[in-house]
Amino acid sequence: MIQVISLLLENKPGALMRVTGLLTGRGYNIESLTVARTLDPTLSRMTIAVDVEPHLRRQVIKQMNKLVNVLQAVDLTDGPAVMREMVLLRVRASMDSRTAILKEAEIFAARIVDSSVEGFAIEATGDTEKMDEFIDVMRSYGDIDVTRSGMVAVSLEAKKLRLSPPVPAAAESAKSKDRNGVLNA
Amino acid sequence: MSNLMSGARMLLECLAREGVDVMFGYPGGVTLPLYDAMYDHQVRHVLVRHEENAAFAAEGYARSTGKAGVCCATSGPGATNLVTGLVDAMMDSIPIVAITGQVTSKLIGSDAFQEADTFGITRSCTKHNFLVKTIADLPQIVHEAFYIASTGRPGPVLIDIHKDVFQAQGHYAPVHAIHLPGYKLVTDGHSGQIRRAAQMIWESQRPFVYAGGGIIASAAHEELARLVETVDAPAVCTLMGLGSLPSSHPNFISMPGMHGSYAANMGMTHADLLIALGVRFDDRVTGRLAAFAPRAKVIHVDIDPAEIGKNRAPDLPIVGDLKKVLPKLIKSLLDLKPSSGDLNTLHRRAWWKQIKEWQAEHPLTPSFSATEIKPQHLMVEIDRLSGGEAIVSADVGQHQMWAAQFIRFNHPRLWLNSGGLGAMGFGLPSAIGAQFARPDKLVFAILGDGGFQMSVPELATISSHGLPIKIIVMNNGYLGMVRQWQELFYNNRLCAVELDSFPDADLLARAYGFKGRTIDKPSELSDALHDAVREPGPYLLNVRVAPCDNVYPMVPSGGAINEMVLGPPQPVAVPN
Repeated sequence: MIQVISLLLENKPGALMRVTGLLTGRGYNIESLTVARTLDPTLSRMTIAVDVEPHLRRQVIKQMNKLVNVLQAVDLTDGPAVMREMVLLRVRASMDSRTAILKEAEIFAARIVDSSVEGFAIEATGDTEKMDEFIDVMRSYGDIDVTRSGMVAVSLEAKKLRLSPPVPAAAESAKSKDRNGVLNA
Repeated sequence: MSNLMSGARMLLECLAREGVDVMFGYPGGVTLPLYDAMYDHQVRHVLVRHEENAAFAAEGYARSTGKAGVCCATSGPGATNLVTGLVDAMMDSIPIVAITGQVTSKLIGSDAFQEADTFGITRSCTKHNFLVKTIADLPQIVHEAFYIASTGRPGPVLIDIHKDVFQAQGHYAPVHAIHLPGYKLVTDGHSGQIRRAAQMIWESQRPFVYAGGGIIASAAHEELARLVETVDAPAVCTLMGLGSLPSSHPNFISMPGMHGSYAANMGMTHADLLIALGVRFDDRVTGRLAAFAPRAKVIHVDIDPAEIGKNRAPDLPIVGDLKKVLPKLIKSLLDLKPSSGDLNTLHRRAWWKQIKEWQAEHPLTPSFSATEIKPQHLMVEIDRLSGGEAIVSADVGQHQMWAAQFIRFNHPRLWLNSGGLGAMGFGLPSAIGAQFARPDKLVFAILGDGGFQMSVPELATISSHGLPIKIIVMNNGYLGMVRQWQELFYNNRLCAVELDSFPDADLLARAYGFKGRTIDKPSELSDALHDAVREPGPYLLNVRVAPCDNVYPMVPSGGAINEMVLGPPQPVAVPN
């Protein structure tokens, strides 16, 4: 069963690898993964859709929360959340099918982003099922090329973010031995 | 005085601030600048003979003291050789900091000489790892590494440092604060949950304490003893928890699990309440999980929230540091203590009677012979010399289980073994780390003839430092534990388990410049061990034991722990 996980993590090298490594190390297949910077450029927001047996879902979240680079990992699978995907699609359109394609695009609230004699490039967003339907419909008009963004999700519940405060470093406790800030002078 | 210094010097400066007095390592190309800085620095470096043993020695240091152990290796093969030790420390929650050199930053990704993706390779082997790309980040990262390694659930942390970072010059400013916003530590324990736990304990008729390595990691051994005494509950210590409750304590039963005692496993099976403290319900303890402690409610205290409910769903979880949780639990217990006429008090008295009966029915009894040295006989003799006070660093296999069964530990941090990973080759280098950490202590390295031969190069390290380690090889001529499983579960079709051509122990030890001896008669055992202990320097005692003895009791893999095989003849299924 697909689990949707939203993570807030530090925007640092290796942070992505730690998260995906937890999943691949357990043999789980990642269905989709999106990641981008947040308003705070030192942080990233990641959405993962991954196939995990239901009884292991909590364990996966706990393991992710243990990662030093992860500020928060939340399971959005059953919670109130909005999940969306974006589809960019190129469809070859013959002269007689162009109007019909435009009508269909309108039904899906899709936008034409490029138009040429060969056909259209169309952008659509929606939940996964709706995007599946959109792609099916477009395929019926001819050859298509599809790129899907993978799922992005936002929780509709405000989850309190608990962050650890700074702690004194060992250097502090060694202060008494300090000589010009250098120990072994 | 200027604080301008090289990255290498800065690293050593940070290590000194962390209180590192010794590190175990092996130099190489990219760590040359580091070793040059070591030349005139106070931090002592011990040259081991293989990087894997540097990691194990750092573990031995950490396991015997609780302080983070430090190991060091060069890039590429040096770093990959550390991996087994890192995983071992990860499995047993041992704080070590590993420092590896990395090729010059300009060369990274170019398949340069001795380049390996250490950061990637060790991602899953460490609690956290770092790649240091500039000297400006170095001090902060080193202190973060020690902080992460030694707080919360301890574990290994690796710092991979580019050669040009060692060489760069920078102004050193002491680090005053560590800020890891995502490093979540829950230590206090929920007070409502703790109070409920106390209620559950007093309401139980057959409470049973299941204590593990977490007690030792959090130094909560005295609190454990007080808890056990307050409730007067029987207690078992897991393989990782041996010594957390003194073996001499009247409430101590033994180790539970695959090679645990009958009373320990029957106690677990029939308890109505398991008080699980710093344990992870490992498969070697629980056997078939569905049949484990079927009648028991479970109170599970652990500092790692991910351990709660991982294998067994607890009825009452408490996330916190045992050192902080146990005193509160004891206080609640005293507050809520029922009167002596309470019905459950009578039930608990009957429970003890039952436990004593199980202990009497199938005690852990060593076997002796007049003609050959029984492995248990060896352990009993070592136990007599130790008196529950010596450090025993074991390798992995049959000898490890017999040692755990028959050697007593009256304090924590005396019993050092590779519990979770079961890494052969651990015992000897771990003893080296422990002897450096505790020069005052008698240290036994108890090894099988298999594990010993994985560690032979370290005899040079021992000799070079004159470490008075007593190396006891329990030599049965086999990879005994594998042979035991082939005998019991593969129709005795012995394959690749015979260890012939074992070297002459006397010649081998003498080749390294210390004393050694081989014995095979029971009558020689006691004196030979005494001689080894009396020798001021290292000693290698090769003890030829009965070749085909098996470790019992044994719970076959996947079996319920109350379905123990108690001895050689036939499996005895014990009715519930």
